Amino acid sequence: MKKTFLSLLALAAMSTTALAADIKPALVYGTGGKFDKSFNEAAYAGAEAFKKESGTEYRDFEPTSDTQGEQAIRNFASRGFNPVVAVSFAWTSAMEKVAAEYPDTKFVIVDSVVDLKNVRSVVYKEEEGSYLVGLLAGMASKTGKVGFIGGMDIPLIRKFGCGYVQGAKAAKADAQVFQNMVGTTGAAWNDPVRGGELAKNQMDQGADVIYAAAGASGLGVLQTAADNKKMSIGVDSNQNYVHPGSVLTSMVKRVDLAVYNAFKDTKDDKFTAGITALGVKEDGVAYAIDDNNKSLITEDMKKAVEKAKADIIAGTVKVHDYMSDNSCPK
Amino acid sequence: MEYFDIFVSILGSAIRLSIPLLFTALAGLFSERAGIFDIGLEGKMLVSAFAAACVAYLTANPWLGLLAGIGVSIVFSLVHGFASITNRGNQIVSGVALNFVAAGLTVVLAQAWFGQGGRTPQVPGEGRFAPIILPGADAMRDVPVIGPLYANVISGNNILTYIAFLMVPLSWWVLYRTRFGLRLRAAGENPGAVDTAGISVTWLRYRALIVTGFLAGFAGTYLAIAQSAAFINNMSAGKGYIALAALIFAKWKPVPVMFACLLFGFLDAFANFMQGKSLPWIGEVPVQIFQALPYILTCVLLAGFIGVARPPKAGGVPYTKER
Repeated sequence: MKKTFLSLLALAAMSTTALAADIKPALVYGTGGKFDKSFNEAAYAGAEAFKKESGTEYRDFEPTSDTQGEQAIRNFASRGFNPVVAVSFAWTSAMEKVAAEYPDTKFVIVDSVVDLKNVRSVVYKEEEGSYLVGLLAGMASKTGKVGFIGGMDIPLIRKFGCGYVQGAKAAKADAQVFQNMVGTTGAAWNDPVRGGELAKNQMDQGADVIYAAAGASGLGVLQTAADNKKMSIGVDSNQNYVHPGSVLTSMVKRVDLAVYNAFKDTKDDKFTAGITALGVKEDGVAYAIDDNNKSLITEDMKKAVEKAKADIIAGTVKVHDYMSDNSCPK
Repeated sequence: MEYFDIFVSILGSAIRLSIPLLFTALAGLFSERAGIFDIGLEGKMLVSAFAAACVAYLTANPWLGLLAGIGVSIVFSLVHGFASITNRGNQIVSGVALNFVAAGLTVVLAQAWFGQGGRTPQVPGEGRFAPIILPGADAMRDVPVIGPLYANVISGNNILTYIAFLMVPLSWWVLYRTRFGLRLRAAGENPGAVDTAGISVTWLRYRALIVTGFLAGFAGTYLAIAQSAAFINNMSAGKGYIALAALIFAKWKPVPVMFACLLFGFLDAFANFMQGKSLPWIGEVPVQIFQALPYILTCVLLAGFIGVARPPKAGGVPYTKER
């Protein structure tokens, strides 16, 4: 009985693949959770966009702890899902292991680099996007002091901070930038209370624009800024709508594009492995402007930031990448 | 920035950070003094934060949120009581189990109801406890020393902060000046004697746990709709355990509990401030040192370096009337 059931199941599985001649994409989120209004939600948006366009269903998984990532990726790969996309640097070592075990499956990792023949690594030039919002922060600040609050203290987050500092100094050479990290463990992405308290601390020292690159902890920063009539800058997804009139802008990281392209390229049989670095030029990172923050961005600011964007694309402005030498120019 | 301004800013932050600890530690005080160890404080904080955020979001009324937070927290307390008083189960196991239930249940329910990845939606402004500006705060601001202290530390907190500090003398009064308090402490030291006097140990301990739930409900509510504006998964971030450490550090006495919580809150605020700054002569100090200090202090205390921390004698032992 069990055997017939299994073979039936196998038959069913085969027939669906045969009928659709389609791919079975899978997506593994970071530990922040699918609807974090930020990084993971952007990945979700990309997958949904692909689903809507192609009608292809995908499977996704939300690991709740750092140990579940490898299991989730292996699970998808062993059940024949292809491509398997994992967003978050936290799955780097998991990806290295699993991708080597399944050489015929295509893998994509976002925010990290895995050097294998079947893995596409999508990284972003966060320093460029952060530079742009830093420039806006520097121009919007009345006190000449701005703040940065990162989630977990890792080189990737320092890269955000470093770009931001350079942008703020480009706007005002004597701008002072306070930098804080919420913590050193994964819990740092989910601690809005500490995020808010750090923001308050920076405001007490005079900061009036604060950039949060801290996952869900960032919501605490945005909230505190709104409560104290100061400005904040969102990250990853467009967070301008969270507190209209208080969120100056958002450093949008197009994680959705990475996911969408991974699915689409596999479907069109155009999948390529290797490193893809998306910057301002590729529209991988950008500053967000919409109805919620239109009144906060003056014409001058808009002009300046558009010029900076053009300069970065043209190569006349080079934003230093923290991760290239693990230091930030003072 | 002047040193004094920095001090005032850190002090204000310390108050805000110590309030959830204070409520939770006082909550633990009642149950432990009655002889019930409660590791589940963390879980109670979480469920009450969740309930408060849900109700405050739906009704835009912080008081209803508080009521919901307290209610759910008391229910959790009673479950703990049912397991460890009525069924004489291991109190530690029951408490730990409830912590896991709280961490899982809140996320699952939040996901099912709101679909935002284990979070509740943002609570609107009128659904939160807003800061209260005490009379004369603005006028006092320019008075040296006292002015900034009054305006930035004493004034400008939300109502729950003031309630927390009121709870300290109230707890002292209940524990040391009422018949209920005397019997409660006796149940934690020598339940046999209480029973001999014809008083039900079971009912007494249940009532202690209800008080525990009541106070822990305030802590969770404070986290969700006073300090922040939504429930976020696992937002208590270990505060229940720090509160337990504060309780031990204060040797199970209400007024020292307040000072212990303020000290731990101050260390936390100081750690936040010290990030990335260097101290004269020493250089940059890793913030983890300050964050670990509450635990180190508790260990030092337990090792007997700062007097003796003697827990209630019958703590952790289920009372068996007769075999």
